[in-house]
Amino acid sequence: MKIYTYDNSFEGLLTAVFECYRRKDFPVDICSRAGEQRYLFVESVHIETDPVKAERVWKGVQDKLSGRNKQLLFYAFLSEEQGIEMKIYRFLRRLFSGHFNLETDYGDSDVLYLTQTSQKVKKEAMRMLQFIRFQHTKDGMYFCGIEPRYDVIPMVLNHYQKRFADQKWLIYDIKRNYGIYYDKDKAEEVEISKKQFNTYNGQVKQALLDEGEDFYQKLWRSYFKHVSIEERKNLRLQRQHMPRRFWRYLPEKQMEG
Amino acid sequence: MNEQVANKLKILSDAAKYDVSCASSGSNRSNHSKGIGTGVACGICHSFTDDGRCVSLFKILMTNHCIYDCAYCINRRSNDRPRATFTPQEIVDLTIGFYRRNYIEGLFLSSGVIKSPDHTMERMVSIAKKLRTEENYNGYIHLKAIPGASDVLIHEAGIWADRLSVNMEIPTEPNLKKLAPEKNYPDIISPMGQIRDSILVAKEERKKYRKAPRFAPAGQSTQLIVGASPETDRQIILLSSGLYKNQNLKRVYFSGYLPVNDYDKRLPAITRPPLVRENRLYQSDWLMRFYHFKAEEILNEDQPFLDLDVDPKLGYALRNMHLFPVDINRADYEMILRVPGIGVQSAQKIILARRHRRLTMLHLKKLGIVMKRAKYFITTNELPASFSDWEPLRLKHKLLSEMNSKFKKSEDTQLKLFTDFKPVLPTLH
Ligand code: SF4
Repeated sequence: MKIYTYDNSFEGLLTAVFECYRRKDFPVDICSRAGEQRYLFVESVHIETDPVKAERVWKGVQDKLSGRNKQLLFYAFLSEEQGIEMKIYRFLRRLFSGHFNLETDYGDSDVLYLTQTSQKVKKEAMRMLQFIRFQHTKDGMYFCGIEPRYDVIPMVLNHYQKRFADQKWLIYDIKRNYGIYYDKDKAEEVEISKKQFNTYNGQVKQALLDEGEDFYQKLWRSYFKHVSIEERKNLRLQRQHMPRRFWRYLPEKQMEG
Repeated sequence: MNEQVANKLKILSDAAKYDVSCASSGSNRSNHSKGIGTGVACGICHSFTDDGRCVSLFKILMTNHCIYDCAYCINRRSNDRPRATFTPQEIVDLTIGFYRRNYIEGLFLSSGVIKSPDHTMERMVSIAKKLRTEENYNGYIHLKAIPGASDVLIHEAGIWADRLSVNMEIPTEPNLKKLAPEKNYPDIISPMGQIRDSILVAKEERKKYRKAPRFAPAGQSTQLIVGASPETDRQIILLSSGLYKNQNLKRVYFSGYLPVNDYDKRLPAITRPPLVRENRLYQSDWLMRFYHFKAEEILNEDQPFLDLDVDPKLGYALRNMHLFPVDINRADYEMILRVPGIGVQSAQKIILARRHRRLTMLHLKKLGIVMKRAKYFITTNELPASFSDWEPLRLKHKLLSEMNSKFKKSEDTQLKLFTDFKPVLPTLH
């Protein structure tokens, strides 16, 4: 029995798959080095990530999957679910053995699982389109600090870059401690070492906010309160669409202060 | 100045909330000018109010002053209420301020009528124009067309806006006369026709020259008030299906009548808005738009009202038991769509998945199909289903009793379709 370990990156996983084929191996698991400890009497092989090998596998996947499912495996991978590696590996085995339209074989539990998991990740990305709230700072930047469940900020980069092409903005993933900064020209990954914002709710320190910020937040709160129709109150429905874990980032959900 | 704006906002958002349409979908305006804003085809809900409705657009009245006196409207001139009017610049600033913070997808501007329909429309158009030309704004704009405004102004509105709507409010002419004697039917129908034609022309033009100007690229919609006048559900559904077909509308919204002017004896005396009925109408609308149902199939002449106990799809199945059970592994898409408990996405998945293998009950369950409901209407590979010879009325009661435990306690299901919220991620493909 043999297991492969990798560096937890998607490229690393693809490299591991490449090695399975090259070495004609069938590992019983592919997991992170930390996950290795679950196994007692197995031979463990660590796979060094190799972008060239990963690229070859990825190209093979792209050739075989249909248009709207091209990112299926990547999104499912982003879920960080335990055991996702083997599901992807088994999927790829079947895919490369020539199974046609494999991604629609929902009767197969791996395919269904990967589809549903990738949908969960996409939904979280959708929520980053919905619930990101910018605060305007003194130096003219629009800032948002937020904690998505999965690593999905890169998935919405394109959207924000197009929509707010004429403003400087920074979206910061508090949990993963990195953000994307756009300077009206290009977007780049940044890490903030000295945090001028509350790491619980992303609130920028008052002294650093633009003068108009408070005004707009107040007005938005007031607007939000006034468009609700009392006779139709339905808090459960509200929570269903707008999970509680996002409330702390939303100005409309804060008490008047 | 800020105090004043805050106060106006309070009055004018309060007055605008009764307009239900919030969808921002259907526009794919791109930010070619490197200004601010884009349209996203599926629409994005940025928040949800305490009543669970999607907040997508900044929905506001330009003014709640009005020279008219429509019986069902809170802003009618004979009501003694606080009144306010925004200047165009104030609305522009609020829209941009909210948009830049990612609170909204865009602006939905409506208004009471001041001085004359033309005067009102002109100011509304000037707001949209300012946003587009001065602010370089490419986000969503929905303008309400004021009945009675001139063709020229309606046309200009369509140049700047993504969507236009003319609200019918009251479904039939005689009842409109009764409740809104100062409005007239042709003033509503003729701008609808004009907008429809301009949209078609602009589309054709753009096929020929890519630079040709757009005209309301996200189409037009309307709203009907339900329960303020005695029309039947059948009348309403036939009307809306006619509007989709003849006027090419993108959406017809229904708004359960809220008894805001209970002193007016022309209106029915009710205490709560007819929410369940409104939801049943939305469900029927949904069936026509996404499930290939015809209006006649939802309600026929003997049955002018929708069953409030069961949704119209289940109602249809119960009336047409001879069409069931449906064989999941063989039936065509249209028929699978008609099975209670199977939605559009599940139906599509079934069609794809059964090419690989024959599907069993277990597969269906995993696909997220509501088996409690569906099992009476389908057969799968392995078993002939619980579908024996259920007599429709008994089956209805059985399904209802099962539902009671789960749904009835809270009235949540009422508004499920209300929000028109489709979680689709536009940037990912
Ligand atoms: S014209 Fe519009 S705002 Fe004025 S009373 Fe009638 S419905 Fe209300």
